[in-house]
Amino acid sequence: MKQFAVVAPADLASAARMLAEPNRSALAGGVDLLDLLKLELAAPAELVNLKALGGLDRIESAPGGALRIGPLVTLNQLAASPAVRERHPALADSAAQAATPQVRNLATVGGNLAQRPRCWYFRNPDIVCLKKGGTKCYAVAGLNRYHAILGGGPSFIVHPSNLAPALVAYDAAVTLHGPEGARKIAVGDFFTLPKIDPRRENVLKPGEIITAIEVPAPPARARSAYLEAREKQSFDWPLASAVTVIGLNRADEVAYARIVMGAVAPIPWRAPSAEKVLLGAKLDRALADRAAQAALAGAAPLAHNAYKIPIARAMVRRAILRAGGIPDETA
Amino acid sequence: MIKVDYAPMPFVVAMEDAMRPDAPAVFESGANVGSPHVNETGNVAAGFESAEASVDAVYTTPVQTHVSLETHGAVASWNGDELTVWCSTQGIFGVRDDLAVHFSLPPENVRVITAYLGGGFGSKFGAGHEVIIAAELARMARAPVKLMLSRAEEHVATGNRPSSRQHVRIGAARDGALTAIELEQHGSGGIGGGSGSAAPYLALYRCANFRTRERNVYINAGPASPMRAPGWPQGCFALELAIDELARKLNLDRLEMRRRNNPSPVRALEFDLGARAFGWDERSRTPKSRGPIRRGVGVASAAWHGIGASGPQAQCVAYRDGRVAVRIGTQDVGTGTRTIIAMVAAEELGLPLRSVTAEIGDTRYLFSLPSGGSMTAPSTTPAVRQAAAHLKGKLMRLAAPALGASPEDLVISDGVVRVRAEPNRAIKFADLCRRIPGDSLAADGEHVPNYGGYSMTQAGCQFAGVEVDIETGIVRVTDFVAVHDAGVIVDPLTARSQVNGGIIMGVGFALFEDRRLDPQTGLMVNPTMDDYKLPGVFDTPEIRAYFVEVANGITNTGVLGMGEAVHVAATAAIGCAVADAIGAPVRDLPLTPDRVLAAIGAV
Repeated sequence: MKQFAVVAPADLASAARMLAEPNRSALAGGVDLLDLLKLELAAPAELVNLKALGGLDRIESAPGGALRIGPLVTLNQLAASPAVRERHPALADSAAQAATPQVRNLATVGGNLAQRPRCWYFRNPDIVCLKKGGTKCYAVAGLNRYHAILGGGPSFIVHPSNLAPALVAYDAAVTLHGPEGARKIAVGDFFTLPKIDPRRENVLKPGEIITAIEVPAPPARARSAYLEAREKQSFDWPLASAVTVIGLNRADEVAYARIVMGAVAPIPWRAPSAEKVLLGAKLDRALADRAAQAALAGAAPLAHNAYKIPIARAMVRRAILRAGGIPDETA
Repeated sequence: MIKVDYAPMPFVVAMEDAMRPDAPAVFESGANVGSPHVNETGNVAAGFESAEASVDAVYTTPVQTHVSLETHGAVASWNGDELTVWCSTQGIFGVRDDLAVHFSLPPENVRVITAYLGGGFGSKFGAGHEVIIAAELARMARAPVKLMLSRAEEHVATGNRPSSRQHVRIGAARDGALTAIELEQHGSGGIGGGSGSAAPYLALYRCANFRTRERNVYINAGPASPMRAPGWPQGCFALELAIDELARKLNLDRLEMRRRNNPSPVRALEFDLGARAFGWDERSRTPKSRGPIRRGVGVASAAWHGIGASGPQAQCVAYRDGRVAVRIGTQDVGTGTRTIIAMVAAEELGLPLRSVTAEIGDTRYLFSLPSGGSMTAPSTTPAVRQAAAHLKGKLMRLAAPALGASPEDLVISDGVVRVRAEPNRAIKFADLCRRIPGDSLAADGEHVPNYGGYSMTQAGCQFAGVEVDIETGIVRVTDFVAVHDAGVIVDPLTARSQVNGGIIMGVGFALFEDRRLDPQTGLMVNPTMDDYKLPGVFDTPEIRAYFVEVANGITNTGVLGMGEAVHVAATAAIGCAVADAIGAPVRDLPLTPDRVLAAIGAV
């Protein structure tokens, strides 16, 4: 690990200015950052300690159920918040299932969204892959059991954030503060595919800091669910996850649907074709199955990860049934 | 400044690639595939001819690594030509001798201290490169040097359990009696050998006709080192899965199949005990499913030979202030050695445990063996007991005049020495110690050669329950029943802890662990404990341990080592349970979702 200094910004503007300098990293929970420092995948001269800024660690809920989440809110705070649990249970569950209690006590919402991928080629300090300025993605011809089955190319990472699929499904927006001021974008637009730029996973510009995540209240009568499949039940990254938000009309037909998958693509992967299957129909097992088929219809697996397709399909189907109040037999 | 130029050379990191005729040569001289080690008895061809049913299948196991929580390393410090090394080792005397040879010092100039040890599992014998380097640097720097390996270095360079490819043919008569076993085995310990896995084929079940052929295959990867019952978990996995497949063909209950071929009267008892505790009859006949969740059960046999050996010597010392110390140059690899040594001494001396201090892990104490092969408890406790008995004799001779009796008429219990026939004539141990002339009274003991006794085999068996989600292929191990002969149990708590550890390591080998080498670069892609997956709390089954305390008469304590016996069958039992749950064997470890889904035809 290279030596570095930790600096405490006086306010948001000075934090943005500090971070706009070359060779600076933002420090929030420090969970992913410490890993990157140890592997020397990041070697900043200075860490700008965002915890020195006040007021970024709160969850505010509006009377209608909308949330405003500070970027320094920890995953445990999010998972335990009654306000989040009540109207956005998929978000609370996605936080609750990440990593371990110790990690969740440190890891922040902002850090969870901005963390780097877990790809074992990217994380190997002896390999210079496409994401690190090299010429090829080693996953293509290599060991790719945990890599992308959707949206891949030229890099085949999967996005590691547990929270991102839920935030996309709830139509959340993220506010970014940079040296030139603030901007607000949909969480779905925050993440970016490797075909745009394989070296990055999001649109954060130098000096930009995530300062708020706004989550609107889901539509009336909408219910949601989050499920993930892990090889290990303790401390593991999902093989696939699914978030569903489903609203029914008075005739019990699906009037509103969001289906977003995690750990299958370089970004949280929304499945509009699967949502379309649900809309206007009455929810039952066969419909959930058809929607799950549609969600994975475009999957293009690599040599060793086709098994993720049925797993992702099962997560989508079960999340639909769970949000729809139909027992899925695994609970 | 040292400048090193590296040039990439052709390499091979997959065993099947290394076996091809055009494969890059791992060594400048010698083939990638070693010559076979053959073990043959009876007439295998005739055995298969007489078989009613047979199984012919290939099973594979990956390279597993030791993943001791404490990596290899040491702190080395020189004082003139005297070297002191604080080292993470399973054998302090082996490290001492290696360092003495390396630095051309008399052994007494080297002191090795291992007060506590964060795991070993077979990878920490002798002074490895890291210890030599630390000592060399300390000499050059004229200052203490600490060198502990990173997790990645630990994974790549300090040893592993070799992989295996086991082509098994096994036949049985209509009644289930095995008629022939044939094993064609290849295994790779990287640039090291020792990959054989035939031992359990010869030891677990009766079969008159067998032939095993084991070959090392070399690849460009870190060398193997012994790991918790070398060869056994791999062999046990393949053999037990094959026996299950054979039992199904013969329409025999899988436990009954094992009973009919079991050579051990102890294990026969253990099968009954375990089956009752586990509910085998009910659970094996009525598989339950809940939606996509399938339940299955498995049973596998274990054996080891943790009977110990001579070499260890111990010293017991009573001080004038009433303290008692027991000292022995062993080390606690995490099995509770320190605890049981104090317990044995306290019991022999008739003292409460709190008045005895065990001091271990220092080459200034009397010699003991390295902690491997389940040797520590059975080898050290007899020496400790003898030392304590000798000290007791001296104390009785000291007490005799005070109590006006002869030493042989005295007994000691609960910290009081009494005249056997007149218990009111007594002296407290603390008061007796004040009569010690000088500062202390010491006595030595040794492990005399084992008496023989019942030392045929250390039988065990383990039952596993699993749940498999057939839509995701994810396996969860729900519960285990482990039944083991561990001789005399000294401390039930640390004994059960060993069972837990052996099974948890078996869960890792069954479901998660695999040293993965990238074919493009030869690098290990999962050298961290994030990517090299180990069981966590939610992956740990409910474990119930039962001990069959065989009065074996092997030594003055009758203690057996357990570290390996409790590990050999765990992975096999899980593999058998998964096959039961999904109705098809998964013959390759680890039993990851891709393989489970492939076995049921879902991908």
